[in-house]
Amino acid sequence: MPKFVWSLLTLLIAAAFVALLVWLPWWAAAVAAALLVAWLLLTRTGRQAWSVTRLGIATVPQRLGAASVVVVGIAGVVGVLVALFAMAQGFQSTLIETGSDDTAIVLRGGSQTELNSVLNHDATVGIGDEPQVMHDAQGRPIASPELVVVASLPKVSSGLDANVEVRGIGQEAWPLRSRVRIIAGRRFTPGLRELIVGKRAAKEFEHTAIGAKVSLGGQPWTVVGEFDSGDEHDSELWADADVVASAYRRGDSRNSVTVRLKSPSQFAAFKAALTTDPRFKVDASTTRDYYSKQSEGLTRLIRILGTTVAIIMAIGAIFGALNTMYAAVATRTREIATLRAIGFRGAPVVVSVLIETLLLAIAGGVIGAGLAWAIFDHYTASTLGANFSQVVFEFRVTPALLASGLKWALAIGFVGGLFPAMRAALMPVTDGLREL
Amino acid sequence: MKYLHLIWSALFRRKTRTLFTIVSVIAAFLLFGLLNSVRDAFTSAGHNVAGASRMITMSKESFVVSLPTSLLMRIQAVPGVSAVTYASWFGGYYQEPKNQLVAEAVAPNYFDLYPEWVLPAAQLQAFHRTRTGVVVGQSLAEHYHWKLGDKIPLQATIFPQKDGSNVWTFDLVGIYHVNDPRLKGEEGALFFNWDYFDQATQFGGGKAGWYVLRVAQPKDADRVARAIDTLSANSDHETKTQSEDAFQTSFVSQFADIGLIVGSIMGAVFFTLILLTGNTMAQAVRERIPELAILKTIGFSNRSVLALVLAESVLLLALGGAIGLLISGAVVSGIRAKLGPQFPMLPVGGDAWAEGIALMVIIGLVVGALPARRGMKLRIIDALSGR
Repeated sequence: MPKFVWSLLTLLIAAAFVALLVWLPWWAAAVAAALLVAWLLLTRTGRQAWSVTRLGIATVPQRLGAASVVVVGIAGVVGVLVALFAMAQGFQSTLIETGSDDTAIVLRGGSQTELNSVLNHDATVGIGDEPQVMHDAQGRPIASPELVVVASLPKVSSGLDANVEVRGIGQEAWPLRSRVRIIAGRRFTPGLRELIVGKRAAKEFEHTAIGAKVSLGGQPWTVVGEFDSGDEHDSELWADADVVASAYRRGDSRNSVTVRLKSPSQFAAFKAALTTDPRFKVDASTTRDYYSKQSEGLTRLIRILGTTVAIIMAIGAIFGALNTMYAAVATRTREIATLRAIGFRGAPVVVSVLIETLLLAIAGGVIGAGLAWAIFDHYTASTLGANFSQVVFEFRVTPALLASGLKWALAIGFVGGLFPAMRAALMPVTDGLREL
Repeated sequence: MKYLHLIWSALFRRKTRTLFTIVSVIAAFLLFGLLNSVRDAFTSAGHNVAGASRMITMSKESFVVSLPTSLLMRIQAVPGVSAVTYASWFGGYYQEPKNQLVAEAVAPNYFDLYPEWVLPAAQLQAFHRTRTGVVVGQSLAEHYHWKLGDKIPLQATIFPQKDGSNVWTFDLVGIYHVNDPRLKGEEGALFFNWDYFDQATQFGGGKAGWYVLRVAQPKDADRVARAIDTLSANSDHETKTQSEDAFQTSFVSQFADIGLIVGSIMGAVFFTLILLTGNTMAQAVRERIPELAILKTIGFSNRSVLALVLAESVLLLALGGAIGLLISGAVVSGIRAKLGPQFPMLPVGGDAWAEGIALMVIIGLVVGALPARRGMKLRIIDALSGR
């Protein structure tokens, strides 16, 4: 067969393998790996392949420098990919976990964030009267009119001022966000200039220890407690809405009203009631929608960046692996030709070179993913969120990310090993034996 | 130079290997160009000559709190202040929520403080004359295909008009551009008359978002800043005055530690690259030991052999690096054209090339060092007899 047909075939096999890796669920990959092992151990060609592979692996220590090109190159790709995706994952999870399907947030029509929205007194009261809103034990609607203002505090890490979100809440905020627990100190006293700080904000900003004074709206406030909500609110400072309103001269207007619905299915009716009511000019969305929309832009940007960087690095790594494996095949030319001469078929040779590359690739993938996990799992970072203030989040290196890192490693290894393997198998035996 | 041919043929002695290595180098420098362009977009704003004497006064509370307009005259009276103007944030989007805009309502003399923005005098006058006039940066105008005279409807996200409508329609009367390629990111903004905003908005009028001022002598900056902040000390609108540079730095640092992210990725990329090209060079020299011995036999000195090998590895890096940077330049222009001026990427300019070339030379020397030393040290007798 002419040479270019073989090249084309090799290319197709490589593409097919990469596509398989992308589409195959992990259990199918495990079955495939088990089948491969069975083939190696049980069939005649398999055992041939395995013995050739062992020979190849035995020579790896002699060309450690070249082999480490494959390992380190792939470790770099996988490490960068996993770290960047862990950042996107952490940001997205933090925001999505903030929302739920049975709570809804109401904003002025046309504004996309709480900070940009204003609701007058009639609206804040009227929204709670809608029949879809759940009532608490005392028979009051669970509807929390809230104020959002932005203050600036120095960050612990850099000492530079950064924006921190101050949320003014009323009594109904507690039954609305039943997850929130006070982990130190106490709740603020309504009517007093007292603050409680989210646990991430407490770590990220200075002047947030219990007892510390913070200046908001030109007045001194005292930090009296620390709370844990397990979501985006952990980056915020909370205080009594009426006191915040007077400090910032907001009167009885509020930025948003968040309500707990009787059930998620009531949302459509709730939204319809509000948007058709001529008294209001408001729009409602479930908090899950609202918060996941806020995470979309940045998450997408990081994922695109991560994939682009990883693809470019992978191209570099593939060519590095090609160089290494071509050299490996070249130094073993006579040995491979001898094997062919005494009756070994082409397949064991191809498989052995491939397995060797894949083992190196797996080593690289494990090192890269391991490093990313060791350094970046629970690494804390922050960025400017939708309310123009810091959202603090943790990187999350999930098992799924580690698995996709390993998939990248396998794909790079396969493409980088297949071409040299084919060359080794297709080499005319007589030429190979003459090679010095 | 006369050895270029020799070095070239040594480099391409094994074509496939050299080509594969060059592709890896191209990939590394392509990434370098792209990431550098992102980092520059975040760090170079405000770092210019005009920026050094420019200061920003904003609410000490935060950027989103407005200040009374009465401060204008009082700031102007502070000794050392040569000019002062003000602006308010408007934001909003064009057609679809994803087309978010950097839109500001600005005082008539705003452009006087930004001499690096080139706006024809006639267009500036038109801006002053036209109540609903708007001036936009060239990159922004090109992205949305806006021409002078167009009507531009903006969707407000914060400020509805008095009649409750969220649509503000402006007349495009001016397009400014920036000559310094590092400041191209500043062509992504849109400005309209503060007076119009003040009259038409439902709320938020009568206040200035922030003040921009120029100090006559940059050395007076700290004194002037303190004097301005004293004006409103202990009032309900305390201010914070800082250089534009300092403001930009703290603003950017709020998004993310871009330097750290880009730095870590580049670290991983170049560490891999050094290993990879180092391996190639080591192989290349190992194979050529007898040839190098012959060179020495016919009279090449130890040092010329050293130089030959070093030149070869630098040439390898330079070839790949130059191609990589060229590609990154093309890719960045493509991305900027497609995604608009707001996307944080600056064209790959002279600075990136200078840095890139320095990197090529340094990495070339580093990876060539060990193989070159080996070539220099070899003894002719041993090498020729294959020992």
